[in-house]
Amino acid sequence: MTDPVTRTPASARFLARALADPSIVTRLDPAGWSAVLTMARAEQLIGTLATRLDGLPMPGAVAAILADARAAAEQGRRAALWEAEMARRALAPLGCPVVVLKGTAFVAAGLMAGQGRSIGDLDILVPRGALDAAETALLAAGWEWVKPDPYDDAYYRRWMHELPPLIHRERDRMIDVHHSILPLTARITPDPVALIADSVPLGNGLSVLSPNGMIVHAAAHLFADGDLAGGLRNLWDVRCLIAEFGTQGLADDADRHGLRIEVERAVRLVECLFGERPATGIDRLFVRRMTARDGWGRPTRPATRLAFYIRSHWLRMPPAMLARHLWAKWRKARARV
Amino acid sequence: MRHAVSLRIGPIGFRIGSDWRAPIDQLRSLYRDYPQPYDEVADYTVRLFARRRWRRWIRPSVEIGGDYMLPEAAPLPLRQGLLAAEMAMNLQMALGARRYLLLHASAVERDGRAVLMTGISGAGKSTLATLLAARGWRFMGDEFALLDPQTGLVHAFPRLISLKNEAIAAAQAAWPTARMGPLLASTPKGDIRHMVPDARAIAAMDVPATPALLLFPRYGFAAAVRSVPPAEAFVRMTQASTNYVALGEPGFAALTGLIAGIPSIAIDYPDSDSAVAQVEALCAAR
Repeated sequence: MTDPVTRTPASARFLARALADPSIVTRLDPAGWSAVLTMARAEQLIGTLATRLDGLPMPGAVAAILADARAAAEQGRRAALWEAEMARRALAPLGCPVVVLKGTAFVAAGLMAGQGRSIGDLDILVPRGALDAAETALLAAGWEWVKPDPYDDAYYRRWMHELPPLIHRERDRMIDVHHSILPLTARITPDPVALIADSVPLGNGLSVLSPNGMIVHAAAHLFADGDLAGGLRNLWDVRCLIAEFGTQGLADDADRHGLRIEVERAVRLVECLFGERPATGIDRLFVRRMTARDGWGRPTRPATRLAFYIRSHWLRMPPAMLARHLWAKWRKARARV
Repeated sequence: MRHAVSLRIGPIGFRIGSDWRAPIDQLRSLYRDYPQPYDEVADYTVRLFARRRWRRWIRPSVEIGGDYMLPEAAPLPLRQGLLAAEMAMNLQMALGARRYLLLHASAVERDGRAVLMTGISGAGKSTLATLLAARGWRFMGDEFALLDPQTGLVHAFPRLISLKNEAIAAAQAAWPTARMGPLLASTPKGDIRHMVPDARAIAAMDVPATPALLLFPRYGFAAAVRSVPPAEAFVRMTQASTNYVALGEPGFAALTGLIAGIPSIAIDYPDSDSAVAQVEALCAAR
């Protein structure tokens, strides 16, 4: 037996390049392949990579692993669409638009961004006025609360852009019911009414956001919320949406939702990570964070990660509120010990 | 990672990295006769790591990670590092496998025909497979049998045999010459000792077998044999498969095909000798 020495590729930068230009994988050696496959799994991009590399020459073992990944993504697609249909049936009596978001939307609309994509929870957007009725209908149809914690529950209901997560008791699948795309505590306040008004019916009782709406949502999620965990996958979504639909009217749509900076950053970073554009200024930090993964699938660059983690809380709520929130969380954690 | 080893068990290649040398040395020794992953590219990466840097040295605590992780997986002390590695490898299979329907069962083979033995922990899967192997059967695995949805054949996964508590002495009595790992005392599952499968099991691990019999053994009862109706066998096997749901329709087709094609039989046994006799009688009768 020999020790595998896996020093290259050194970061998920190579994974991003391989997604954009699959031909570069032909120069990988076995250790390099191991690194890329492991990074792709850690970034939830293995199915996407498998779809992009389909048909290229590669070692038999790699071809078998990627064929499994494509089969898994196809089964994931089927399950996600079924889950969306289950939600549609539960919510149909409400008579309000039900907009599926993210991965489920990409596969439901047959978009490039959905090819091979891993899909976790079902995310839907409904008008805020229909939220209570949606909750009641889902509870009646077999979904139940995941977090029985009263503080979390109250926090979600008062401040978040979604209901506390629900899980279906038989199918074991989660649903996030959104009424907006950013927390109510964030400084940026997108216009969910406009997003729903612009949404595109699929003809099966479900709708998806307009292409620009999808990009605005992805950019909001990436750069105005959260700590960029899974950021590479979300940026790949943006890359595919732009490749398929272009950017016409995107700046105006971004302005409507107060997300101009975020959308422009998304477009620039797509060109940096999946194209030839050199990253400049603060963009370099974002690239550094999004590619912080080594060939063993380990998260790297802890200081950068921590900085983005702190930033995510900073974006999400004003300082005094953040302090109260962290205090409540800390007391709960201590009570558990 | 600082220390690493690659190996292949049946069709599945693993790359195991560790912050510590000891678990890798143990794996290297116990798996010394196993081949490398196909094309030197492992199916799964396993990581044994310290959550904080100082936990490498002070009360070293082995976190279980890899391509697939369970957030609630509890770390193990470094002296149980080998167990952590085995658990992590099983976890990759349980959560990641898509090429095969994973049956939580031990398996032995004779004349190209496989007997699958499934049951809860403590039912005697590992012990029975080991004792049958000592009587001339080929050992195919004590944890997972890999059912290929395309061919209906069962592939071997002869990892180290995980013996618990009283089973350690029983297996050693049956295979006095077998190589053994260190005794891991008072793990979350009791005392554990790993046994290296015999040379024949390793040499023939790439040879699949045709399923012939599905057994549901149960230890600690008066000897009894009962035919299990197909519907019951099917439901019990859906629960004994970690990836049945994830496979979707191919998993359903593979499992119903298996159940329809071979007899399912529950055997109760008071001691290992009578179990071995029961299994051999059932096979001779066919």
